[in-house]
Amino acid sequence: MESAYIIETIVKVVIILTVFSALAGITTYFERKVLAFMQRRLGPMHVGPYGILQVAADGIKLFTKEDIVPQNAVKPIFKIAPVFAAATAFIAMSGVPFLPEFTLPFTDYVVHPIVADVNIGILFVVGVMAVGMYAPLLGGMASHNKWSLLGAARTVIQMLSFEVVTGLSLIAPLMMVGSLSLIDINNYQEGGIGHWIVWAQPVAFILYLISGYAETNRTPFDLLEHEAEVVTGYATEYSGMRWGLFAIGEYANMFTVAFIASLVFLGGFNPIGIIPGGLAILLKVSFLIFLFLWVRAAWPHIRPDQLMWLCWKVLMPLAVVNILITGIVLI
Amino acid sequence: MEAIAFYLFSVITIGMFAIVVFSKNALYAMSALAGGMIAISGFFFMLDADFLGAVQIIVYTGAVMALYAFGMMFFDTTKDVKENIKEDKIVNALWISAVVILIVIVSVPFVSDHIMLDASTSDYKVIGANNPQAVGIFLFTKYLVQFELAAVMLLVAMIAGIILVSKKMDISLTTTVEEKIEKEEFDIKDAK
Repeated sequence: MESAYIIETIVKVVIILTVFSALAGITTYFERKVLAFMQRRLGPMHVGPYGILQVAADGIKLFTKEDIVPQNAVKPIFKIAPVFAAATAFIAMSGVPFLPEFTLPFTDYVVHPIVADVNIGILFVVGVMAVGMYAPLLGGMASHNKWSLLGAARTVIQMLSFEVVTGLSLIAPLMMVGSLSLIDINNYQEGGIGHWIVWAQPVAFILYLISGYAETNRTPFDLLEHEAEVVTGYATEYSGMRWGLFAIGEYANMFTVAFIASLVFLGGFNPIGIIPGGLAILLKVSFLIFLFLWVRAAWPHIRPDQLMWLCWKVLMPLAVVNILITGIVLI
Repeated sequence: MEAIAFYLFSVITIGMFAIVVFSKNALYAMSALAGGMIAISGFFFMLDADFLGAVQIIVYTGAVMALYAFGMMFFDTTKDVKENIKEDKIVNALWISAVVILIVIVSVPFVSDHIMLDASTSDYKVIGANNPQAVGIFLFTKYLVQFELAAVMLLVAMIAGIILVSKKMDISLTTTVEEKIEKEEFDIKDAK
């Protein structure tokens, strides 16, 4: 039993790593296509049919690029920073139940599609994603470059501020469920679309989405790598696969945010009518990822001062009032 | 299995904190501090205290992050910090022996047989129920006084921080500095 458990865990870890690394690449393709169609152009078209092989071409380019380390950089920290970005993104995923339980075909072996079923799942995921902010920070500070330092400084203010909104917006639905386990939260919403928490907590859902966009540096809030102001922020000195690891971390975090949003607010992996649960959650996550791209096409950047104003004067008071009202209603 | 994990995390934690103390580069020290704090959460997870483990990660991420911010403002983090410490052997000997004595005083009762933790009786059973709930029940029943005292202390610290920062909040520093510069330029022109 013990060895079976270890083998199962290792298999799950390998599957998650490969699937989401590949998805990070494929999502860049879809991102370019969706943006292109929304802006009435074609996007990547030349490499393969409809530009599908663009992903492979980008991958080869990233792997074969020269790996440059600046002369005055703090070399060990500079080299290890991108690893933090990818590692924390994937460690956070170990607490996420991706699909409902299923038995392997032709056997009666039950698979739980979650790596570590800790009973404080959501706290662990949010916490480890927060550790991910060390990656841009360390990279920026070790680069010995003014743009990188400014990018790192923006990382601290943006991510620490929106961390507060993420936490507060998740507290209200957690109060309703009375558990921090993502599986308990999912089971609370059994029984069709009417039981989804989003109907009871629409404010919390929108707040969580907004802060999720800010924490994954997606466009209206991608100030820490704003081309016009700070070149590419913390990533200015990075090239090749080290830069690629930052990108993989960002896209993996996008998927984690999408999974958490669909588990906590959109009914998780409960079946909708005739659609089985596993397909249902994949559809929800795909829609949320599409929403990420849609927002990127539709909204311009905002200024840093507007970002702080939005976080501390609008979103945080809203989240606190939401918790207060939820508490009064529950009592 | 558990023994391997324990020794692994012990080595990581002690190694990280050793780097914090001995490194001359602010960036190394702060990164090692963050790593050590996260390694400590491993012990909580091993003891099945999942809630405390996650809280350890979340709280210390934020706390060490504040140190980084200070580091960014005050030092060039890519260069070594020049330390000028005057070694005082008597003081060193005194504080090291004081620390050793304190540790012995605190840890001897656990080693000896006279005091035993009674696991079978009373509150200890509650922990089995559900982790965050157990922490909540303990904080608001058995340890209520300590909990409230800690809360009051944090409040005092927060108010003190606000007062320290906001000494001159009724004057805008930016405009005063600009006025000062303009005045100085005016004086220089006058002198000419």
